[in-house]
Amino acid sequence: MIRRPLRPLARILKARERGENPDSIARENLRLRHEEMRDKARNRAEGRLLVLGMTFFLAFSMIGARMGALANMPAQEPRSTASGSPIIGQRADITDRNGRLLATNFETYALYAQPPQMIDPARAAHELVAIFPELNEERLLRDFTGERRFLWVRRQISPEQMQAVHDIGDPGLLFGPREMRLYPNGSLAAHILGGASYGREGVDSAEVIGVAGVERQFDAFLRDPANEGAPLELSIDLTVQAAMEQVLHGGMVMMNAKGATAIIMDVHTGEILAMASLPDFDPNSRPAVLTTGDQSDSPLFNRAVQGVYELGSVFKVFAVAQAIELGLANAQTMVDTRGPMTWGRFRIRDFRNYGAALSATDIIVKSSNIGTARLALMVGIDRQRAFLERLGFLAPTTVEMVEAPTGAPLLPRQWSEISLMTISYGHGLSVSPLHLAAGYASLLNGGTRVQPTLLRQDGPQNGERIVSEEVSATMRAMLRQVVTRGTASFAEVAGYEVGGKTGTADKPRPTGGYYPDKVIATFAGVFPTSAPRYVIIVTLDEPVETSGAEPRRTAGWTAVPVAAEMIRRTAPLLGLRPVIETSDLAGVTLTSN
Amino acid sequence: MTEMVYGAVPLRSGDAVLPRWWRTIDKWTMSCILLLFGIGLLLGLASSPPLASRNGLDPFYYVSRQAFFGGVAIAVMLFISMLPPQVVRRLAVLGFLAAFVALMGLPFFGTDFGKGALRWYSLGFVSVQPSEFLKPGFVVVAAWLMAGGQEIGGPPGKTYSFALTVVIVSFLALQPDFGQAALVLFAWGVMYFVAGAPMTLLVFLAGAVVLVGSFAYANSEHFARRIDGFLSPDVDPTTQLGYATNAIREGGFFGVGVGEGQVKWSLPDAHTDFIIAVAAEEYGLVCVLVVIALYAIVVVRSLVRLMKERDTFIRLAGTGLACAFGVQAMINMGVAVRLLPAKGMTLPFVSYGGSSLIAGGIAVGMLLAFTRTRPQGEIGDILLRRGR
Repeated sequence: MIRRPLRPLARILKARERGENPDSIARENLRLRHEEMRDKARNRAEGRLLVLGMTFFLAFSMIGARMGALANMPAQEPRSTASGSPIIGQRADITDRNGRLLATNFETYALYAQPPQMIDPARAAHELVAIFPELNEERLLRDFTGERRFLWVRRQISPEQMQAVHDIGDPGLLFGPREMRLYPNGSLAAHILGGASYGREGVDSAEVIGVAGVERQFDAFLRDPANEGAPLELSIDLTVQAAMEQVLHGGMVMMNAKGATAIIMDVHTGEILAMASLPDFDPNSRPAVLTTGDQSDSPLFNRAVQGVYELGSVFKVFAVAQAIELGLANAQTMVDTRGPMTWGRFRIRDFRNYGAALSATDIIVKSSNIGTARLALMVGIDRQRAFLERLGFLAPTTVEMVEAPTGAPLLPRQWSEISLMTISYGHGLSVSPLHLAAGYASLLNGGTRVQPTLLRQDGPQNGERIVSEEVSATMRAMLRQVVTRGTASFAEVAGYEVGGKTGTADKPRPTGGYYPDKVIATFAGVFPTSAPRYVIIVTLDEPVETSGAEPRRTAGWTAVPVAAEMIRRTAPLLGLRPVIETSDLAGVTLTSN
Repeated sequence: MTEMVYGAVPLRSGDAVLPRWWRTIDKWTMSCILLLFGIGLLLGLASSPPLASRNGLDPFYYVSRQAFFGGVAIAVMLFISMLPPQVVRRLAVLGFLAAFVALMGLPFFGTDFGKGALRWYSLGFVSVQPSEFLKPGFVVVAAWLMAGGQEIGGPPGKTYSFALTVVIVSFLALQPDFGQAALVLFAWGVMYFVAGAPMTLLVFLAGAVVLVGSFAYANSEHFARRIDGFLSPDVDPTTQLGYATNAIREGGFFGVGVGEGQVKWSLPDAHTDFIIAVAAEEYGLVCVLVVIALYAIVVVRSLVRLMKERDTFIRLAGTGLACAFGVQAMINMGVAVRLLPAKGMTLPFVSYGGSSLIAGGIAVGMLLAFTRTRPQGEIGDILLRRGR
């Protein structure tokens, strides 16, 4: 840059010669330069101001355009869910095997409040409490007048309640449509169905999610919109279930039991046609989970699936069947039953002394612990364990309920010879009644393994072979004799050829040892024995039958009559026809000319 | 002789104040401002009764207050617009000093009204936000410094003004009031731009803004949430923004009708930050476009008038004032239509607020004073050009 001096020497000298003030030259120069600079700055500023003005104009136009675009859009209700995936409310129905409804949905409304829109919070709170007495007026008022901008008042309300709330007339009280899970049969099959509650909740809809039972197990299926509302078909037969629950409840009351469970299962398909656990609950309003005490006392506890018990003599059939299958004995083989049998410091006794020896059949019929233990000794530890494993007694059942894995069998810590003998007559191994049903079905259906299932099946399972057809038939014959001349004589239901085995097991104390006066009484049966169709398990928890001189607790007096009544009621519903005895024909007088 | 006996006839230098004012004032800008104030009152009638009833006051409490303060603001505006630029500058510098002291006193004497930021002085019947008054004063002082810096042998004015900006911005950010801080920074930037910022610096600054923005996004949760909320396609309809957007949609082109709007019942800031939503709902797009046009006219017209201005100080100060005014309006409306992330800022002259109205009156009064028509040496220029 070339510097131009403010005081050019040549001009200054000239001015001095002329006697003028040289400073004026400097001032003049300064002024000119100032003007020049000012004009330059103004030119530059002109351009930049133009840019600024255009920018502002464009920005304002953009806002105007955006306003126009927004104004052109249709308004949307401000009370929708904000973000995230839309909630799918529709949940598929659950039906029994014949398509009768077990669970469905019902249109209802949830009540919520938007306190900022409330006109008179005090009055609204007061009138709400009049409609819903369980609400707390002070708390409501605090919520309505506090910082909260949104709160749920009630998750579900009836149409009458809705109208009453509507009549309060406060604009801050609003209704959100809901689908509510409805179990039209009340507590029927409560443990199987489980129950449902709300998951994610929006104002427009709420997610219904299963919390227990098949509702939880098949939650994804039930909520999958791809199924297009196809119902979930269970293996349950509603009428059989209803009859069974009624009889079971009556039996439980009559036998003074604190709990009871029963299962009816198809021996070929493994389908559970009815399964109940008492006490039960209404899945429409599930009770709260117990916070103290034993969870197995809760009505939510499913004794058939979750409860594992030492079930006693019903297990003897497995020991005898295995001995026959292995060729170690046959139905007529005589087994030493002198008692008490001493093994180390351990003694095995029978209920009463059955003499020196019993045939294998009579061991079952009379329920001899000693005889069963001797047969088990012949079988041996490893083979017994493998046999029980194939029958599914060493792992939780695979039935389609979330609770199934919690019903894990309790195995002996060390499978010693003592365990071998006690397990043969049903002590030292705790399994659930459902395990037992599956085991009986597998053993008696001709000898192939079935897995219990709650889903409707189209044909028999034809699983792994457990015992041969002949052994299976032999065992059914033995069980039939238990009913005709043994401990389960009350189980005789004319025409249905019931066979079964009783089991009365002392209840173990939590502290070790057994209670002297508390038992688990079980009847495990099959009918009809000639062509097996169904297995029935009835288990009563702490039953006492008091009609006699002294209280009777054995299964023959408690569980068996209940099971017999159950068969009497449900066999016709299951489509079984009684076998009519024809010997009475002699009493008919044929008249003819 | 007569003069010796009776004294000199008072000599008038130029015209009377009022006629000259009327001749030289930018009547368009002034009418726009008055119209905006009128619209503000009208919208106040719509938006503030719900708030008044919520606070247990007379329904038109806020409207009458707005009218009172508006009257004061307009009087102040007219008075200031009549002053010559030098006097305006002198007063502005004094005002700036007072506001600056008040700003520094905020941490000790201020109240936060439960909003978590110390921004206000409570004077009983009215609360004053010093930063509102600081802004016009700051613009004038910064413009003066920059203009001084352009003189031959003048002080390094641009550096001084930048240091001043940094001090004020950091004070505002500490309150915290990022909105006003950004506004002050923006006003300085615009003045610096017009005063001749080198192009390379501008590019560098743009890069720095991007960098700082992404750093803040990565490190400040508050900031990141704002931006995320802005970027997400769905607006949560239970937020203020959701209600505002919906109100604009509800209003459509011609509005739902006077007094029929619903959004004012749901929005706590319906009378201040979201008044444009109330306008859109009740009076429709037509009203909103009028408001936007009024702001655009004020800003663009002022800038165009300043293009002819010879005096560096007046040009810079006017630019700063006009742009601060326009940007504030733009941010307010941009937030309501979700062009900009949520930032609480009032709509100048339209939103309710006593102290902000008067501060706005002072700012616009100065702007009007600076944009008055005055001799710009046009004839001299022509002669000069001819002479060359």
